[in-house]
Amino acid sequence: MKILIAIQGDDIAPRFDLTHEALIAHAEGGKLLEEPRIILLPGSSGEELCGHIIKENMSHVVCGGIEDVHFQYLSWKKITVIDGVIGPYHQALDDLVHDRLNPWSVLPGAVQQ
Amino acid sequence: MQNMQRGQAARHAEFDIVNLIDAVPHGVMLLDHRRRVITLNRFLEALIGYSRDDVAGVKGEYVIRASLKMEDAAVAKILASEENVSVEGDIISQNRRRTPVRFNVSPLKTVTGDTHGSILVLEDISLLKDLGNKVHGFSGQEKIIGHSLKMQEIFELIPIAARTDTTVLVTGETGTGKDLVAEAIHRASKRTRHPFIKVNCGALPESLLESELFGHVRGAFTGADKDKPGMFRLANGGTIFLTEIGDLPLSLQVKLLTVLDDKEFFPVGGSKKEKVDVRIVAATHRNLGERVRAGMFREDLYYRLNVLRIHIPPLRERADDIRLLLDHFLVAFKKNLNKNIIGFSDETMQMLSNYAFPGNVRELRNIVEYAVNICPGGTVLPEHLPGLMTAVPQESFHSRPNLPPRNGGNGLSGAEWPAVPSRGGWGTMERAMILEALAKTGGNRSRAAETLGWSRSKLWRKIKQHRLE
Repeated sequence: MKILIAIQGDDIAPRFDLTHEALIAHAEGGKLLEEPRIILLPGSSGEELCGHIIKENMSHVVCGGIEDVHFQYLSWKKITVIDGVIGPYHQALDDLVHDRLNPWSVLPGAVQQ
Repeated sequence: MQNMQRGQAARHAEFDIVNLIDAVPHGVMLLDHRRRVITLNRFLEALIGYSRDDVAGVKGEYVIRASLKMEDAAVAKILASEENVSVEGDIISQNRRRTPVRFNVSPLKTVTGDTHGSILVLEDISLLKDLGNKVHGFSGQEKIIGHSLKMQEIFELIPIAARTDTTVLVTGETGTGKDLVAEAIHRASKRTRHPFIKVNCGALPESLLESELFGHVRGAFTGADKDKPGMFRLANGGTIFLTEIGDLPLSLQVKLLTVLDDKEFFPVGGSKKEKVDVRIVAATHRNLGERVRAGMFREDLYYRLNVLRIHIPPLRERADDIRLLLDHFLVAFKKNLNKNIIGFSDETMQMLSNYAFPGNVRELRNIVEYAVNICPGGTVLPEHLPGLMTAVPQESFHSRPNLPPRNGGNGLSGAEWPAVPSRGGWGTMERAMILEALAKTGGNRSRAAETLGWSRSKLWRKIKQHRLE
């Protein structure tokens, strides 16, 4: 599966439409096939990010809040969107690769001591 | 004494903070000094879809998914400030809707005055926004409609005028929508949360108007049995809209000038000055320049008011908008009156297009309302239009002596309105406009078309139509 995670610093970006960075990873059988890479987006726009996701043939998207129009569009394009996730992106990636990431999860790393 | 004791007991009681914030009908979030969630109320839980136990200790911005980034310097400054701050933005709600909210941030203080974080109140303003965007058509809250070049210029000017506190003078013939422009300026300004007070300076006699504007103290005159705050006082923090300013009596013009300069005034019969923070927007259908020359309007007040001027063109100078307005009001009225009307017949359209609309948009709206009422269904025919519209010759309007001359230029202008020939119907007016534009540009059609806000081909077509070749 090809994964895109909308990120902000070390965490999942709270807003899909306002994200400036995205992590791209490729995984199969519970393992990452290559080192994930981070791309900088030219601007923050939900439409442009959707276009990028389609163009890069992503199968899974992980993000924080996403507008319904973008969610429905990606779902219609047969992309699995796991939204409402809060926490560090590496934890989310790990959980997704091991098929245990659910929408609206608050990952343990999100709680700061 | 008992009350005092009860008050002291209440101050020392330990309130259940969660129960307290649950009673608030807005989203409430308590953040610590590192902007992590301490707790939030039920309203916010429902809005964002996380329970307070799940997100305790999580960065607040990740939880509310706001358009404002709390890491941003501006927001950090707001959160760090000791003041109550209110900003508008939006959040992504549980149902994935972008919801407009007003963020009210206040420092979270203990009884000893130490700041321990902040309290964030999220007020859902989607209903207000929807209301603002809705076309009411009947309440005066309708949006300003127009796609002509002249109206586009006004749409560009409104936000510019809204950004400052400068006095704005809105001019234009009756029925052009001066009130809407004034209100739009207020709504787009930072004073939007404060009152917008409209006073018609031509509607009241001088003595009453002074009391209405500046208020009076008890005993100022017979019947003044208590203090009354004037409109300036009531508009404090907001905008006062003085419509028909051209009709303001000379004696009050002096007082208004003082308010404009010093932002303070004496109420009628009062000896104590009142200070106000009010933005003034004035409007008139009269030519103030002419009134100054006639000695009916103070020159100094005229220049003081005429800082930023927005001139709304009459409908006959923005013929492109007539169809748009007709359709807009038809849709609004047929919905309101529950009529099954498809549209205007070609003949009706022709009549309406040739009509000069001396009462401008207000008259157009009334004509459509009349037609929708009279028309039983289907298309609106000429017989459904008000009889007066066809009975009164166009000349009767154009020869009215007291109409202000028209502005041939930009919406914003410090100059007087140049007069253009105005006898005859729209066709005559259009012909005169073309000739004027061609004369101004020395016969250069490209520049003439630009002046008129038309394409070159439209000008060529119109020249042929009016046989001006």
